[in-house]
Amino acid sequence: MNSTKTLIYDGSFNGFLTAIFVAFEEKAVVSDIQKHSVCQNGLFSETETIFTQMDKAKRVWNGIHKKSHSAIKDIYFAFLSEHKGIEILLYRFIRKMFASDTSIASDYSDGLVLKISQLARSVGREKHRMEAFVRFQLTKDEIYFANIEPDFNVLPLISKHFRSRYADQQWLIYDIKRKYGIFYDLNRVEIVSLDLDDIHTNSINKSAHFTDEEYNYQDLWNNYFKSTNIKSRINLKLHKQHVPKRYWKYLSEKKAV
Amino acid sequence: MSLSFDRIKEKLNILADAAKYDVSCSSSGSVRKNNTNGLGDSSGMGICHSYTEDGRCVSLLKILLTNHCIFDCAYCVTRKSNDVQRAAFKIQEVVDLTINFYRRNYIEGLFLSSGIFKSPDYTMERLVAVAKKLRLEENFNGYIHLKSIPGASDELMREAGLYADRLSVNIEVPTISELKLLAPDKKHEDFTKPMLKVKNEIIQYKSEKKIIKSTPKYAPAGQSTQMIVGATGESDKDIMYSATYYYKTYHMKRVYYSGYVPVADDSRLPAIGTQVPMLRENRLYQTDWLLRFYGFGVQELLNNDHPNLDMDVDPKLGWALRNMQYFPIDINKADKSVLARIPGLGMKSVHKIISARRFRKLNWEHLKKIGVALNRAKYFIVCDSSKWEHRDMEGAKIKGLILQNSTGKFRKEYSNQLQLF
Repeated sequence: MNSTKTLIYDGSFNGFLTAIFVAFEEKAVVSDIQKHSVCQNGLFSETETIFTQMDKAKRVWNGIHKKSHSAIKDIYFAFLSEHKGIEILLYRFIRKMFASDTSIASDYSDGLVLKISQLARSVGREKHRMEAFVRFQLTKDEIYFANIEPDFNVLPLISKHFRSRYADQQWLIYDIKRKYGIFYDLNRVEIVSLDLDDIHTNSINKSAHFTDEEYNYQDLWNNYFKSTNIKSRINLKLHKQHVPKRYWKYLSEKKAV
Repeated sequence: MSLSFDRIKEKLNILADAAKYDVSCSSSGSVRKNNTNGLGDSSGMGICHSYTEDGRCVSLLKILLTNHCIFDCAYCVTRKSNDVQRAAFKIQEVVDLTINFYRRNYIEGLFLSSGIFKSPDYTMERLVAVAKKLRLEENFNGYIHLKSIPGASDELMREAGLYADRLSVNIEVPTISELKLLAPDKKHEDFTKPMLKVKNEIIQYKSEKKIIKSTPKYAPAGQSTQMIVGATGESDKDIMYSATYYYKTYHMKRVYYSGYVPVADDSRLPAIGTQVPMLRENRLYQTDWLLRFYGFGVQELLNNDHPNLDMDVDPKLGWALRNMQYFPIDINKADKSVLARIPGLGMKSVHKIISARRFRKLNWEHLKKIGVALNRAKYFIVCDSSKWEHRDMEGAKIKGLILQNSTGKFRKEYSNQLQLF
């Protein structure tokens, strides 16, 4: 009987790619790939801990990239969805890719392919939302600060966008859910973790961290937002569809003043 | 400090309120990269940073420089004879607001328009000065949309395009005869002259760019215009034929359609409180899309037999129901341009179908998963299935079935409208 294996990796994308490498190399029957933080042993499968190795990860990345440029993007985006069981779905997807002579990434009538492409699309949407909904607040030490709570782990995806847009100001975007942030210090973007004493929502209470001018501009923006609305065209359903309620607490224009 | 903020706030309220009837919010299509480590980048797609409670995108700081105006156009809230509070920004105030909003990720850039004070050139000069200051002093690479003031000189329009990403002049009234009636101070040529200048400058820029790489950019996001819908007795045919003319003659990137919001008691116009024709506006945009992306000709959708769009069905479905001889279409064989004409299929679905059918013949189940709106499409297609019993149905019967089995977002509105007749 062929025993099945559960691979345990460190939760990083490179760790995941290393696991894929090992699975292919050992020709193992992989029953699951799990993050070490959430791992649950299957009753009848042995487990193997994967140590992230950049060269192995890179070979898998290049291999997929050679097969299909759009597939590599879909795989990375879908991975960041943190969808339960995403690793084993991606493993099956990658196996299918390598087993086929043609690119399967556009075979939308295949359930697995469609699922991956849909997950990737949701993550893409969240990336775009964060590019829109980040609201920087200027701290007294001249850092434009925003905390966010995205549905998916999109910080790695939005870094480049903010880097090219805000090249001449220091900024920090912090993901409260995942407890890490990206900080741009006028030279490069770094990953940081913080001891955040407070979550900075659009509360009407002022925080001592921010400048007075900051609150003046929030006030102006809040006013602008109201003035630009046409009352005779009111359509709250559409408003909520575009700006889902769960994001409101970080939007200064939605502050209740 | 706080005193001046209060004054700015007051001005902002007045001058944002007066600018909101301009519906353009586009901030895409430019190529302005942040190569200088300055502020802003407009090389990607535009972003809607928020949405107002009326559901419209907020992407630009959209304000007037001033709402003082020497003209008296009946449809305009800022017209001379209207009794409203007036205000004017200083050039530096607009610059500061733009920069500070941009740095906080509120906006993609600035959309600056103005009432006409003193003269068209005097006004245009000030709009250009704001853009110039943002580009040269603030090293700002965000998006700038400037209004071309009707009657502004060619020299100023040339300069405007060096700093702005987009230029626009709103034709507002789709027919020349109505324009005379509603905007007696303006001549039709006042609108078209800056359009023509911008078009020619863009053509010249593109040809020079081929030879000299460093040719300064000229309005890289092109020009647009806007028409008011439902202020006069114009038909949908009048509007869309006019739009087609502007797309063609002046190479417009976009024509916008703005359902008229009554802003004054004037016997020439709908009374205050008249409902904004939002459904009609929506149908016009759908038509605009069919013309630009789906390969339809305007005379196929609107002509003397059908001068107005259907309100109860979308324009593509309306066209299909009048032209049943082209259907059914085989999903597994038809060309892209033919697929694009099937009701219920957007261009995304069309592309997915073309990709997916290389792997296997598609059936109803596949189409549903791909995201085709089968409730409409199923009457017009055949696929890899023997189940399609709709061969001999008349257009009218199909329409009835579709309306029965769907819920449109405007359904309430046109069921009311239908009851009238």
